[in-house]
Amino acid sequence: MPEAHAAAEAVIIHSQVLWLIPFFPLLGFLIAVAAVNAPNIVKITSPLAVLASFLVALASVVTVAGAPEGARLAQTLYTWMAAGPFHADIAFRIDALSAVMVLIVTGVGFLIHVYSVGYMGHDESCSRFFAYLNLFMFAMLLLVLGDNLLVLFVGWEGVGLCSYLLIGFWYAEDANAAAGKKAFIVNRVGDMGFVLGLFLLTWSLAPAAGGTLSLDFAHIQAHAASLAPATATAIALLLLVGAAGKSAQLPLYVWLPDAMAGPTPVSALIHAATMVTAGIYMIARLNVVFALSPTAMQVVAVLGALTALFAATIALVQTDIKKVLAYSTVSQLGFMVLALGVGAFATAIFHVMTHAFFKALLFLGAGSVIHGMSGEQDVQKMGGLRTKMPITFWTFLIGTLAIAGAPGLAGFFSKDEILWHTWSSGHTVLWLIATITATLTAFYMFRLLFLTFFGEIRADHDVAHHVHESPPVMTIPLGVLALLSMVGGWVGLPHHWLWGNPLGEFLAPVTGHPHAAEHGVLGEGALMLIATVLAIAGATVAYVFYIRMPGLPMVLSWRLRRVYELLLDKYRIDELYNAIIVAPYVRLSTFLWKIVDQELIDGFVNGLAGAVGANGRLWRQAQTGNVQHYALAFLGGVVLVLAYYVMR
Amino acid sequence: MIVPTEWVLMLSAVLFAIGVVGVLVRRNVIVIFMAIELMLNAVNLSFVALARSRGAVDGQVVVFFVMTVAAAEAAVGLAIIIASFRNRTTVNADELALLRG
Amino acid sequence: MGMGAALFLVLAVLTVVSALGVVLHPNPVKSALALIVTLFLLAVVFVLLEAHMIAALQIIVYAGAIMVLFLFVIMLLNLQSEDPERGRRRFVLRGLAWAGGVLLAVELALLTRGAPVGRPGAAPEGYGTAQSVAQSLFTDFLLPFELTSILLLVAVVGAVVLAQKQRRPTIS
Repeated sequence: MPEAHAAAEAVIIHSQVLWLIPFFPLLGFLIAVAAVNAPNIVKITSPLAVLASFLVALASVVTVAGAPEGARLAQTLYTWMAAGPFHADIAFRIDALSAVMVLIVTGVGFLIHVYSVGYMGHDESCSRFFAYLNLFMFAMLLLVLGDNLLVLFVGWEGVGLCSYLLIGFWYAEDANAAAGKKAFIVNRVGDMGFVLGLFLLTWSLAPAAGGTLSLDFAHIQAHAASLAPATATAIALLLLVGAAGKSAQLPLYVWLPDAMAGPTPVSALIHAATMVTAGIYMIARLNVVFALSPTAMQVVAVLGALTALFAATIALVQTDIKKVLAYSTVSQLGFMVLALGVGAFATAIFHVMTHAFFKALLFLGAGSVIHGMSGEQDVQKMGGLRTKMPITFWTFLIGTLAIAGAPGLAGFFSKDEILWHTWSSGHTVLWLIATITATLTAFYMFRLLFLTFFGEIRADHDVAHHVHESPPVMTIPLGVLALLSMVGGWVGLPHHWLWGNPLGEFLAPVTGHPHAAEHGVLGEGALMLIATVLAIAGATVAYVFYIRMPGLPMVLSWRLRRVYELLLDKYRIDELYNAIIVAPYVRLSTFLWKIVDQELIDGFVNGLAGAVGANGRLWRQAQTGNVQHYALAFLGGVVLVLAYYVMR
Repeated sequence: MIVPTEWVLMLSAVLFAIGVVGVLVRRNVIVIFMAIELMLNAVNLSFVALARSRGAVDGQVVVFFVMTVAAAEAAVGLAIIIASFRNRTTVNADELALLRG
Repeated sequence: MGMGAALFLVLAVLTVVSALGVVLHPNPVKSALALIVTLFLLAVVFVLLEAHMIAALQIIVYAGAIMVLFLFVIMLLNLQSEDPERGRRRFVLRGLAWAGGVLLAVELALLTRGAPVGRPGAAPEGYGTAQSVAQSLFTDFLLPFELTSILLLVAVVGAVVLAQKQRRPTIS
């Protein structure tokens, strides 16, 4: 079992510059809003803002790395709330965990901003795009730099908002707007669990902390051990709901494939490299709480493994290049969740990093392909782009190799570490599921590669004629990411190889040490070998299917058409949700609208008005305009008064 | 010569009632006006009778004032009728019902 | 029954008859004449009640000025007799009923509630003369007197303004 690490004696270095890291993108957002009609300015300031963020982050990380183990940079801006026993500040920290995250976010973010200058540069709302993108960076940085769960939550909600704005960026199309709404609403479901978890956590920690209610990580770290196992389980499961929403696990993954409606750089940045990893980060950050509940950890691990397999099977048959990558992302996130569940928190973060590199690369490459194919996203209409878009091809190939787990590349080491920890912590069945998923991953990624870049082009003549390589502003980020995908994995080698696992050791003070790695029946090396062989097998099958015998997939899909259609329809989960959740809700809403609001309430209000009007019409009849009638009425009153006096 | 006060008051009441009928029933506004004058006179009669029964002159002073005001009212009222007649050439109360609701 | 009472009864009957004539006669000129008669009769009654000054004023002001004004206007507007119409009958009856009601109420009030007035005693010395009325008017009632004069002024101005010829707007 992993030990929870109490970092009570950590060195705290006070920094004056941490606030600049989220501030620069915020400034970029404000400039983009102000200069919305001057896109040429925005195209320069927005990427620069992120670059500035990256540089400050880099300097801060270097400081932390040079400090004693377990040290962190901290900056408190001001007290946000101080209400009785509850206290919350706007405060940032850079410790080992947030150091890794902040570099990924700002680094990959910067590359994608540069790419977007080329990809979205000709769009008429390009300033708005960069505004949203910068705003997203601001929120994401709040999330990873927050020193307490409250700042994290602000960032959490902020990235949800920006995700909605960016998915529905081309909102003139109803489908895009609907996808944005779906993302936001499904996230909301997850957030509900998250918030409940936060409440329970704060409240449960209070007794041990002398009644103080706080969401500071230091506070949580110090008092977590006082949680009863049942409470810890409840908290962990609620937090898991939140993570499942944000990081697209079963059953809340449905928004991610639809989110591909947004521009491709958005898919690369938000739905591959950064936002979707927020759930992973959150669980890694709160590992002390999770470590207290073996039950919750088990749930996490099983959820991750099942999601990984589930999504991979859907990816096998999809024909939209971005959808394949979307399901691939869900699957890889499942791997990360699996790693968290078996206690290998640092490994999960390692995979976050490598995944950010190669998934961003793959998405940007897909964007390059779509750009070159004049907007075509259907793989069945592609082919033969290898010669026409060489840089895109080679970088995409590197990305494919990385995700498939080719030895030496980034994905190899991180995925391998996950499989190793799963195996050696005794979760044999989960290891099997994960390994099968890895094989499928290799297959569908190479399928994608072959269909897109090999063979003869299957598009219309006009499109085919127009195919061209993308400009340098797009291909240079591709190159940088390809390089990172190649070397990025070398910071996490198995610990008795060469220089061991510097990343894991760097993260250990925050994420704890996973169980002592033992040599089980199979050593780590043996597992590596199995995985590699299976990956090669998967790639080979793809080669056979799509290069050698191109008719074979069609035959197979016809033979197994029930299965094929089920996979193609993504197990009809969306339809299921529609039927059991959305449709009844719509019926209820319609009822409330048509019956309660229109008939009852409006009827009542209009009825009141009608009654008043009718009453007026009734009494108005006395106003004949004839003075003699009035005199008669007058007389009546006089008689009555007289009669009264007579009677008295 | 002594006149029983109740008898005079009763006469006053009868004249008043006749005046009321006239106001309500006739359509010619001038005649309505005259009926109003009749009512005023009935009231004058009451005042005089009661002043006599009390032996004080105050009641007669009131009658003085009533007559004065009645004169002013008649003058203005008839002027209004003439002005209205110019526009509508009618003195029929039923037709002068512009303030109908 | 004394002389006064008998005389009064006769006058009362005549007065009622002429009052009815005012109200019921279709021709407005005849109505006006009936009203003049009524006023005269009332002046006699005033004399009977020893309000000599008032009686004189009644004849001079009321019958002599106001009614003449009425007649002038009737002649000016050249009014015709009213013609009866359908449905008038009902209205007339209703009006009579109301009037009857008023009458009844007043009578009842008088007979059952009012302070018993009985036969008045002898009138004080100089009662009802111009002098005694003036005495009261110019001392106790001086303010109302002055206000009434203003009222008359207003009425004169109002009458002149209301009844003047409409001036046509000149075309410039």
